Amino acid sequence: MTKNNTLVRVEHLVKHFPITRGIVFQKQVGAVKAVDGVSFNIRKGETLGLVGESGCGKTTTGRTILQLHKPTSGKVFFQDIDLTEASEGTLRELRRNMQIIFQDPYASLNPRMTVGRIIAEPLEVHNIGSPKDRRDRVQELLRLVGLNPYFVNRYPHEFSGGQRQRIGVARALALEPEFIVCDEPISALDVSIQAQVVNLLEELQEEMGLTYLFIAHDLSMVKHISNRIAVMYLGKIVEMADRDVLFGNTLHPYSIALLSAVPLHNPAEERKRKRIILVGDVPSPANPPSGCRFHTRCPIAEKRCEMEDPEFREYEPGHWVACHFVEKAQQKMK
Amino acid sequence: MEDREVILDIQNLRTTFSTQEGLVHAVNGISYQLHASETLGIVGESGCGKSVSMLSVMRLLEIPPAKIMADGIYFKGENLLEFPDHEMRKIRGSKIAMIFQDPMTSLNPVLTIGFQIEEPLKLHLGMDDAAAKERAAELLRLVGIPDAESRLSDYPHQFSGGMRQRAMIAIALACNPTLLIADEPTTSLDVTIQAQLVDLVKKLQDDLGMALIWITHDLGVVAGLAERVIVMYAGFVVEDAPVDMLYEDPRHPYTFALLRSLPKINEERGDKLETIEGMPPDLVGLPTGCPFAPRCAFAKDKCRKENPVLEEISLDHQIACWVDVKTGELR
Repeated sequence: MTKNNTLVRVEHLVKHFPITRGIVFQKQVGAVKAVDGVSFNIRKGETLGLVGESGCGKTTTGRTILQLHKPTSGKVFFQDIDLTEASEGTLRELRRNMQIIFQDPYASLNPRMTVGRIIAEPLEVHNIGSPKDRRDRVQELLRLVGLNPYFVNRYPHEFSGGQRQRIGVARALALEPEFIVCDEPISALDVSIQAQVVNLLEELQEEMGLTYLFIAHDLSMVKHISNRIAVMYLGKIVEMADRDVLFGNTLHPYSIALLSAVPLHNPAEERKRKRIILVGDVPSPANPPSGCRFHTRCPIAEKRCEMEDPEFREYEPGHWVACHFVEKAQQKMK
Repeated sequence: MEDREVILDIQNLRTTFSTQEGLVHAVNGISYQLHASETLGIVGESGCGKSVSMLSVMRLLEIPPAKIMADGIYFKGENLLEFPDHEMRKIRGSKIAMIFQDPMTSLNPVLTIGFQIEEPLKLHLGMDDAAAKERAAELLRLVGIPDAESRLSDYPHQFSGGMRQRAMIAIALACNPTLLIADEPTTSLDVTIQAQLVDLVKKLQDDLGMALIWITHDLGVVAGLAERVIVMYAGFVVEDAPVDMLYEDPRHPYTFALLRSLPKINEERGDKLETIEGMPPDLVGLPTGCPFAPRCAFAKDKCRKENPVLEEISLDHQIACWVDVKTGELR
């Protein structure tokens, strides 16, 4: 991987949210360790899928990359500019190139603004074009995402969930960004509508050379859209590889269990497959387990896992994993 | 194929809601039978009437605005629609139990888990406090909650999402129901927790022998769980088939397209997903003709004029469609 091929570089990113006690004299009594030392690169034009269960920190990772949360420590480079050190002004300029599509198409559009104003807002904020140019651009964007330009004066409540998500996509595209964080863009949609939105995102990527960080918990969709996939558990990435490698040669016990929990759309295979049922729930990120964070639920954990946090290492070229007992997982869990 | 006893027989159920926008036709004449210890999956998108049809069976809808009409909803030979309210109350939670989608809003936040499990035991089975408490702890253990006795005095907020749903299952199983209706019980939960619960319900069903209706929009969950699947669209049953048949040989264009819109296991990156264009119809002004016709790739003139009824096309396999998806021609 050559360096100039990399669009986004994340190094040891940490985001802790403080837990405070008291109203007037607040003192910090702990921290929710939402993201706890995450490193990866995103190459130009690729889609990196980020999967994990609720509360694993995947959304926080996406938002912290865009500096919507200020990171506790660590670095984020966008086109070799350090975003964590950048001034407000520089960040604002850079935000033209990096946008976000939110999960909930019901909550992320202002109900009091028309679709035209919602999509034009980024253009206004960045002072691009005359009012007439902006109106033309909005019409063009609506066509681009497959909506009728005639809808420009309607309000969000007049649209269905899938259409609203298209409006969110149009808004993100208004400034012609290079990089878009897609934060569970299809989770709130019905099955028949999900495919429409995923196809739209893929077509736009081809046409405009976009780079995506695609955050989701639906593994089959993530596999469909991503070039590479990173699996997160309790604030850390436990495994990262090309999509086919991750699905074909899964190394980390958590990834193995996660993949085995995804229901298949095939009754015969579904009945005979070996499913690994993890016991218990995901521990609280405010008080994560010692050593390897997965050891409390891991079917192959040993004493060492409680003591020592496994290093995130390149097990084979391009395939990263954080586990002490990769070979044992292969023998015992497959 | 069935020698098992029919325990639920729904005949031509229609449910409407009167709203400011007009009369919403949520369920439009559905009929099917469920046998003892059978597992039935009901699949469909939001607004297709899958939950409303079950709430109609349980008579849990407020009347008005809801209106429930049917030729009969027979549970073990008795028409539930003719039961007076107090008789119906004896059925709910004892013979027919239900678990809901959102375990946070369906448990009472100000009552302990123990109280809520003991309640049906005392009401339906007439247990005294001590016996109910003992049985409640036993039920919590059965659904896999460790340290059951002490967790009885916990409140719902002290449980995680998965544990709350386990507690809901414990309440539902308290009186050994003949029929358990699960309304999207795993939708708000993570896949690893979903796998735990599906596994648990399967095991409990094997042990206790109840019939199960599992409502979901996830075609994957049903594949591994159900014996038979009903696909609903705009308040109609459009396909009814044994699970293997439905996935191998879907015959209704909606099921056909829905299964093809899912990512395939062995696809290459860059393959396009097949989509179903458009949106489900507005249930206030349903089109004449087949409700799926406006989105259907096979639609013919006849489809826009006449609504097909559910017909058996091969043994145990029923569809409501004029077209044969294999040839693309009228059947």
